[in-house]
Amino acid sequence: MKHLLSINDLSVDDIETIFTTAAEMHDVQRREVKKLPALRGRTVINLFFEDSTRTRSSFEIAGKWLSADTINITGKGSSTSKGESLRDTVLTVCAMGVDALVMRHHASGSAQQVSEWVDAVVINAGDGTHEHPTQALLDAYALQQRLGSLEGRRIAVVGDLTHSRVFRSNVLCLTKLGADVTVVAPPTLMPSGVEAWSKSAGFATSYDLDQVLPTADAVMMLRVQRERMNGAFFPTAREYTVRYGLTRDRLAALKPDTPILHPGPMNRGLEIAADAADAAQSLVLDQVSAGVAVRMSVLYHLLAGEESA
Amino acid sequence: MSSTTNLGDKIVIKGASLLGEKATDLLLEDGVIREIGTVSGKGARVIEADGLVALPGLVDLHTHLREPGREDAETIRTGSAAAAVGGYTAVLAMANTSPVTDTAENAERVFDLGRAAGLVDVHPVGAVTRGLAGEELAELGLMATSRARVRVFSDDGKCVGDARVMRRALEYVKAFGGVVSQHSQDSSLAGASACCHEGEISGQLGLPGWPGIAEEVIVARDVMLARHTGSRVHVAHVSTAGSVEVIRWAKAQGLDVTAEVTPHHLLLTTDLLTGYDPTFKVNPPLRPVEDVEALRSALADGTIDAVATDHAPHARHDKEHAFVDAAFGMLGLETALAVVNTVMRGNDLLDWAGVARVMSASPARIAGLGDHGQELVVGAPANLTLIDPDASVTVDRDASVSLSRNNPWHGRTLTGAVHATLLRGEPTVLEGKLV
Repeated sequence: MKHLLSINDLSVDDIETIFTTAAEMHDVQRREVKKLPALRGRTVINLFFEDSTRTRSSFEIAGKWLSADTINITGKGSSTSKGESLRDTVLTVCAMGVDALVMRHHASGSAQQVSEWVDAVVINAGDGTHEHPTQALLDAYALQQRLGSLEGRRIAVVGDLTHSRVFRSNVLCLTKLGADVTVVAPPTLMPSGVEAWSKSAGFATSYDLDQVLPTADAVMMLRVQRERMNGAFFPTAREYTVRYGLTRDRLAALKPDTPILHPGPMNRGLEIAADAADAAQSLVLDQVSAGVAVRMSVLYHLLAGEESA
Repeated sequence: MSSTTNLGDKIVIKGASLLGEKATDLLLEDGVIREIGTVSGKGARVIEADGLVALPGLVDLHTHLREPGREDAETIRTGSAAAAVGGYTAVLAMANTSPVTDTAENAERVFDLGRAAGLVDVHPVGAVTRGLAGEELAELGLMATSRARVRVFSDDGKCVGDARVMRRALEYVKAFGGVVSQHSQDSSLAGASACCHEGEISGQLGLPGWPGIAEEVIVARDVMLARHTGSRVHVAHVSTAGSVEVIRWAKAQGLDVTAEVTPHHLLLTTDLLTGYDPTFKVNPPLRPVEDVEALRSALADGTIDAVATDHAPHARHDKEHAFVDAAFGMLGLETALAVVNTVMRGNDLLDWAGVARVMSASPARIAGLGDHGQELVVGAPANLTLIDPDASVTVDRDASVSLSRNNPWHGRTLTGAVHATLLRGEPTVLEGKLV
């Protein structure tokens, strides 16, 4: 594995290896002195063309705790073909001498394209509506911490699937780990061609959250942008909440130990009620903490692993 | 072989197989075919054509030459060269240049630059609406009566979305035998960021797409408008099985509807997008294999009249972006014949006469070009193409005479190569190279 662009780049063994190292990193996280020397002298650039707080700071902390020189470059990328080309931008950054490029960009596939242009290791920190592989890894890691093996576990992924890179990475990762995934959304927010895709990839789809929840072993709620109603994806935020939100009533219908996940940032009151977000079974903050450990593990394997491999 | 030839010199083509049938000689003189049969090469320049197939010079209904405005991507001269190398003797240059071809003056400028290049007959397509804005009609009649004699009108790149404007355009061009070539794409079904076919692949890749229906609703609307107005309508770059069904129905009703398909839609499919390579970003987008099969059948049975390249050169820096941000379009002129030969003749869907029909006769008829697309008979204009039918060619984008390199065929092996192209008896290409 040279880059991390998609969950498809990883075998089950790769994922287990990342998790084993992540568990060690998780222990480091709890120490008073958190710094490891593993990536001393290596340079990691967080190249974020899209706003992000949690993913960028999570990668930044992960890099720093591994002693890498971690630099953030943010700013809106050229979103039209009139500005500097994406290729020029990344070649410029990499010409400074970079070992890893952690990249977020509004365009699906951009991380893959960049990996073909540069020598640096490329880690996809979110490419458009395509993938967000470290998010899926940290979600699965946090879930395993709570549930043990995910084999045969029934996991519901609920929300705006069409526009969600978190969904795409998660469905690949969770099914790879043997989970029984059902994705739930109104028909307008299902990805195009999901009928064929779900069949070949081995996950289920549903329009009816209430039918799925009672048997779920875990529920992952995805962020829904309020502006989606402008594209006629759903009528109103109110109706969305009633039909697809994890409301107080639906929280009560869950088994009390069923973990609730949300990649953040949450729209409290829209896709998730405050009671559910703050419930004892909510993994929301565990996900954030797992994020640093998993990203340390990924950086470690992609950068330190280069020499040992 | 003499290297100095002036118009008026005699050329004898020895042993060419006309439309793949009997081998014969042709004497070309004063821009016309003077004799067919056994002809002595004495006193004439001889082109040995043993084993080569002779077709009437190819005609492209749909080319983007980029001049004026984007001469870094293509010029009328380089685009003409690509056309000649591809076996073409006439091309229709789309109007979406800068400035747009929406006046007689702009049309004449393109026409004159084509004449000056002298490699193919360049016929400007006029815009349907001023500035391609879709609102007011461009000066259709003045373009038609200009020196450029414009007959085909298109806002290509954009759809004439407003039904009222489309209706009026269809009615108006009847006065001078014009035809509207429509880029069928409902903008409300194809969002602003849509960049590919909407389907399983786009769903997995997270790319915003548009579905086949966005094309089909416009095709359906336009054939009904053609019925209402009694006008001709031409459907540019048909890309879906649904559009084929509508066109087949319209023709069965006797409506004056014609259609074209691009070489790339006859072979390339949407799964090429999994590498996010913007070379494969094109509008209309590459579709699933079911559509490709329907398009091939429709071209074979005449539902689709013509192959048109939609040759769309782009400077490298307009393609080296993230997929959603990169420019739409791919090269096509130099490879079209080989693709059609490989896909259609190679699968017994067309014979050489059929290839001549879809790449020369029908496009010439649709565009009203009397000097092109004619049968190879004595007295006909000497516009012809000689093809080595069995040559196996691996496409190299750097071997192109186009200024651009957005070539989706790079690295593919195709069958058939253009050996020579002659425009009014004058060779523009010999042994596969520009003269």
